[in-house]
Amino acid sequence: MAIFSLALKSLINRRFTASLIVLSIALSVALLLGVERVRTESRNSFANTISGTDLVVGARSGAINLLLYSVFRIGDATNNISWKSYQHFAKNPLVAWTIPISLGDSHKGFRVLGTNEDYFRHYRYAHKRHLKFREGQPFKGVYEAVLGYQVAKKLHYRLGQKIIIAHGAGMTSFALHADKPFTVVGILDPTGTPVDRSVHIPLQGIEAIHKDWVNGRHVPGMKISAQQALEMDLTPKLITAFMVGLKSRIATFRVQREINDYRREPLSAILPGVALQQLWDLMSIAENALLVVTALVVAVGLVGMLTVMLAGLNERRREMAILRSVGARPIHVFLLIAGESLLLSLVGVVFGLLLLYTALVITQPLSRVIMVYFFRSEYLHRANR
Amino acid sequence: MSSSLAIQINALQFRWRRNLPEVLNIREMNVACGERVFIHGPSGSGKSTLLSLLAGVNLPTAGEVQVLGKSLGTLSGPQRDHFRSDHIGFIFQLFNLIPYLSVLENVTLPCRFSRLRKNKVLNSNATLEDEALRLLKHLDMANEELIHRPITELSVGQQQRVATARALIGAPEIIIADEPTSALDSDMRQAFLQLLFQECEATRSTLLFVSHDRELEPLFEHQIALDEINQPRRDEQ
Repeated sequence: MAIFSLALKSLINRRFTASLIVLSIALSVALLLGVERVRTESRNSFANTISGTDLVVGARSGAINLLLYSVFRIGDATNNISWKSYQHFAKNPLVAWTIPISLGDSHKGFRVLGTNEDYFRHYRYAHKRHLKFREGQPFKGVYEAVLGYQVAKKLHYRLGQKIIIAHGAGMTSFALHADKPFTVVGILDPTGTPVDRSVHIPLQGIEAIHKDWVNGRHVPGMKISAQQALEMDLTPKLITAFMVGLKSRIATFRVQREINDYRREPLSAILPGVALQQLWDLMSIAENALLVVTALVVAVGLVGMLTVMLAGLNERRREMAILRSVGARPIHVFLLIAGESLLLSLVGVVFGLLLLYTALVITQPLSRVIMVYFFRSEYLHRANR
Repeated sequence: MSSSLAIQINALQFRWRRNLPEVLNIREMNVACGERVFIHGPSGSGKSTLLSLLAGVNLPTAGEVQVLGKSLGTLSGPQRDHFRSDHIGFIFQLFNLIPYLSVLENVTLPCRFSRLRKNKVLNSNATLEDEALRLLKHLDMANEELIHRPITELSVGQQQRVATARALIGAPEIIIADEPTSALDSDMRQAFLQLLFQECEATRSTLLFVSHDRELEPLFEHQIALDEINQPRRDEQ
């Protein structure tokens, strides 16, 4: 106890150097824990993007590519799949439900996703949580839209708002489907997944706005009004991908093989959990590099403390001799020096934690920040300029 | 009769390492309890080495050192540390004080490490601070303003007096002063010695005063010329 109070007084005496050491330790601790936190949060949000879906099916391509465009809405599909193939597997007796997805259009930089009511019924994220409506309800009419949380928030949209879909995925696209505006009928709760950044419209809506378009171009002179389009057959011919929920998970591989071996069209079925893991492994190099750098920062902080302590040791020889002469035993002198370092490290760690949590409280919840960073996709970004 | 002797040295030999020359070879040296002894000798005559042996910091290569009837060679390291903190007070030449402690904390420092000395103070019905103040007063240092000054702002003479109070607190049987006056001018030296003697008398401590300054010699009742009693053999190398 005597030694502890001596250590404390000695540190107070050298408060300037001591506070610098505490600062450097605090910063490195905050950095280490911060990086660790970002790691786990991003891993979680990754794994939480999709849940309860057994298979994701798209045109034949790599698992990660399919996952990226269908679930994360990053990049583009290599090809579309036909409505017939979709119908074929949707009617498979082993399949409990399916969610068709049609991508390719956008609204002010946010992806537009064509789907049907099954999306709101069956799509699940995190630990099998269903999508919830903050306001409004699922679309019923052809020209109705449901917004993700971020879309509504960023663009200050309310229910009843008319929005115009742009052809392609650019924010300043010149090809607008201006003649067929959509009405916002629902806004979803935040999920921390790409759903937040999507505009959902019915598949029939996608079909309707493209009635007078061929091969991605507006056909000159051809004009089909919104009303006229409603009277036409709006069954889609192509979709981008679909998600599958099975009656029994045991059948997963069987259905996957069946889809992959489908004769009429080259398809790929992937297990989202496996693909997520593969995607995460891809990122783990960067993740580990970050961790190594942080560990080095902590090491530098500690070495800094060691340097200061050792440099001080020489000056403090006299002090130690005096302490020995008044009866301090070698263990006391050791405890004095070690105690000071321990005290500095402890205070540094405590300050580091305080620093980290203050930063977390001040900034938005970290997961939200990460999601925004991740899902402002490269593609959209470039198109925005 | 050894109990009445504060220090008893028998056939002491000391060398720092086996292949280094002998530094000390003292056949006999006795100091009685309560004596004030002046130990002098030119630089390099082994004064500091002798003090380290008396304090039990080093052990003799051969022979025996008895302090207060205890043979230091029979004690373990921690026991010697204990023994030193209980029975010996030190005053050094310079920089005696811990810079980050106050005057009073410096004076009471030995009581943090020696329960014996702490209890001695407490048994005389005083708190540690009271006793420190009493000693400082006797050493003309009880001035309120001086006591609250940081150690680094005290003059050398004032520092030495604080160090003396620290050596005396808890009335250790032996005070070892290693050239405590060499940094003081001659007027200060006289006054300092008067105070030191007075206090040693009051606590009946044995004073071992080491110096190369022969002017001070007449003030002591007993003198030991180290270069006379120390006869290291230089032939065998």
